[in-house]
Amino acid sequence: MAYIPVKRPKFSILDRIYVVELVKGLGITLKHLVLSLLGKSRSKKDFNGAGVGACMPFPEQRWDSHLPSYYRGAPSLVRGEDGRERCVSCQLCEFICPARAIRVVPGSVAPGATAAKQEKAPAEFEIDMLRCIYCGMCQEVCPEQAIFLSQQYLITLTDRKQAVRNKEQLYRLGGIRKGLINKWNQYK
Amino acid sequence: MSSQQEQLPKDAAAAEGKVNVQINGKWYRFPKGTRIADACNSVGVHVPCFCYHPKLSVAGSCRMCLVEQGMPPRLAPGATPTYNDDGYQTIQWMPRAVVACANTVAENMGIRTDGPVCRDARRAVLEFLLTNHPLDCPICDQAGECKLQEYTADYGQPVHRFTEAKIKKGKNLSIGPRVNLDQERCVLCRRCVRFMKEIVGEEILGVVGRGGRNAIACFPGKTLDSNYSMNVVDICPVGAMTSKDFRFRMRVWFLKSTPTIDVNCGTGTNIFVWSREQQVYRITPRQNDAVNSCWMPDSHRLNYTYINSEQRILTPLVRTDADAEQRPGAWKPLMSSVAEQLRRCNPKQTAIIASARLTNEELYLAGNIAQLLGIVQIDIVPRNGESDGMLISADRNPNTTGARLILGKDGSSLDDIRRGIKLGKIRYLIVLGEDVTREAVIPADHLAKLDYLLVIDHTQSATTRAADVVLPGVTFAEKYGSMVNVTGRLQRLNRAIEPLGESRADWEILRSLLKECGGDMSLLTARADSPMEILEEIASQIPEFKGVTWAAVGNTGLQIIDTGVSIPLLEREQAKK
Repeated sequence: MAYIPVKRPKFSILDRIYVVELVKGLGITLKHLVLSLLGKSRSKKDFNGAGVGACMPFPEQRWDSHLPSYYRGAPSLVRGEDGRERCVSCQLCEFICPARAIRVVPGSVAPGATAAKQEKAPAEFEIDMLRCIYCGMCQEVCPEQAIFLSQQYLITLTDRKQAVRNKEQLYRLGGIRKGLINKWNQYK
Repeated sequence: MSSQQEQLPKDAAAAEGKVNVQINGKWYRFPKGTRIADACNSVGVHVPCFCYHPKLSVAGSCRMCLVEQGMPPRLAPGATPTYNDDGYQTIQWMPRAVVACANTVAENMGIRTDGPVCRDARRAVLEFLLTNHPLDCPICDQAGECKLQEYTADYGQPVHRFTEAKIKKGKNLSIGPRVNLDQERCVLCRRCVRFMKEIVGEEILGVVGRGGRNAIACFPGKTLDSNYSMNVVDICPVGAMTSKDFRFRMRVWFLKSTPTIDVNCGTGTNIFVWSREQQVYRITPRQNDAVNSCWMPDSHRLNYTYINSEQRILTPLVRTDADAEQRPGAWKPLMSSVAEQLRRCNPKQTAIIASARLTNEELYLAGNIAQLLGIVQIDIVPRNGESDGMLISADRNPNTTGARLILGKDGSSLDDIRRGIKLGKIRYLIVLGEDVTREAVIPADHLAKLDYLLVIDHTQSATTRAADVVLPGVTFAEKYGSMVNVTGRLQRLNRAIEPLGESRADWEILRSLLKECGGDMSLLTARADSPMEILEEIASQIPEFKGVTWAAVGNTGLQIIDTGVSIPLLEREQAKK
């Protein structure tokens, strides 16, 4: 093991009695109090709230429109613009999932179907939301851009069985994704 | 003695019939005539191959095994060779790579697989192979065990420079009842063509088309319906030939492979059982040059569905009153009541029908139970068919030889038992792992007349339905044990999955019965807590098994006796050499 000396900051006398920091903190509280009384608090400005306090008054107000684009919510399956199931049940998400939340049962595409060249599609696709840790590895590993983490964050269950989402539920949540993938087009 | 007179390495090697070869800077000795690919692989220097298969003729078509080769300089007339201090001649490297599969080693040859020549050659070959490859790995069953994937990861390049349109060929073509062909994925190694021609001896597959439109196809009017057709799936280095049975069932990286043996006939083909979470997905052959080479028949390969069948018996069943239905029972009380019943039976009126599908250990315990209770009427059910002239033996029982060695029975006294049951002389019957209404031809109404019928089996049958007590045993995939094949080779069964439900390994049931029946454990000197210990017990009791241990048997088996029976496919393979 290499020995690495760490340089500690030298604290001045002002730092050590910390009265200054205490006053600074009180100032912030005071600022929010005044803003709240004037109805100009953060909750008013950012979350369209009543203007009391700096927090979002959940559940009257929801996060939905305030989430950043990169927010990682519940995973979902998507269809292409052509209505094709993008998932080909390669099971890489099942393999990579660190929480073992995903369970795929592979199946075939009927020979006459529009996506016949794809040959393979999931017969069943289950994600256990009690196991899912929202890491997004499934989305990252997917070679077909078929699984995406949605913005859904509010998952309320009354039963363990409800936590297991089946293929139909996952497609309903995912909807249709723009951007055509020509890989399985038999004419391309 | 001066250094001039010391023996040169070439002479020392020649005395052994070998040659000196330098591989990646190290000197090795190989027998004359060894292929460069085999020589390299045998010392741990990996040479990638698509078309080369040690059991087939050499095609040299894929060019994947290109290696850099060098030889000592060719001498001018009259010149004598000069040797370096280490006794070898200087190697002059050739500017172009050669294929390792079609060339053999020679004295003072040099081979380099880690130089720029070799690296560039491999990368270029892979780039050409991938120009028309569909890259549909996500839907390809071979993904995970695909040579093209592996070599591309190891030696290929990440960038695809080919910008033209790829050539379209047939996909998902059914070329036989058990095999699918995808011509786009094919790398045209022709292993399947050579296998069908050389090993099966039927010319069914060939290459059609020219240039980039080259493709594997069946000859007109023919289908790939041989009973060995699925071996082409195994030897196909890519996903061109895929199994219909395994199609889209599971990705191979989830599967655990367990080396064990096949129990469908006396050959005892070495196999891998591929399982995931208590479910068996497929069976593939395992190389053993003394048993099955690299192959196995489709009929045996596909006979695994009974392992996870709905018909499995998962709890002990007991019938308390003569006409009542069987109902589930608990192991512990049931075992003592069975043992009590067996002790009460008149041994002269009792018979045991064992099975040559049981392992040596189970047969040995069955023999001990018979001896303890004084039962003399014990035999196995013979199963005879016809040999197919390849790997399927005429004896369809996997362990007839073991039964003969351990019980001294070969099915010849089964007629007496059958007659005894018919005439009512036998009142009590113990059946181990057999449906006696089928091959043993004992009608179900004769079984119904018995006073007591105890059955140990894994699957529901007419016999288990007639039984007073059914103890759920397991299939070959769920237990350890050993069997002796028709040639007299002792081989191991390994457990691929845990016993399903409440079932227990047959040896475990028999061991408990023996303990419950006798209490006198002098018959079983070993503790008999595992099949390995029972095998040691057998080794100490039966002369043919002398000195045998579980470890000595290994995964490739041990020839313990010579029965004089041979395996036709192996005979042909040896004659070819």
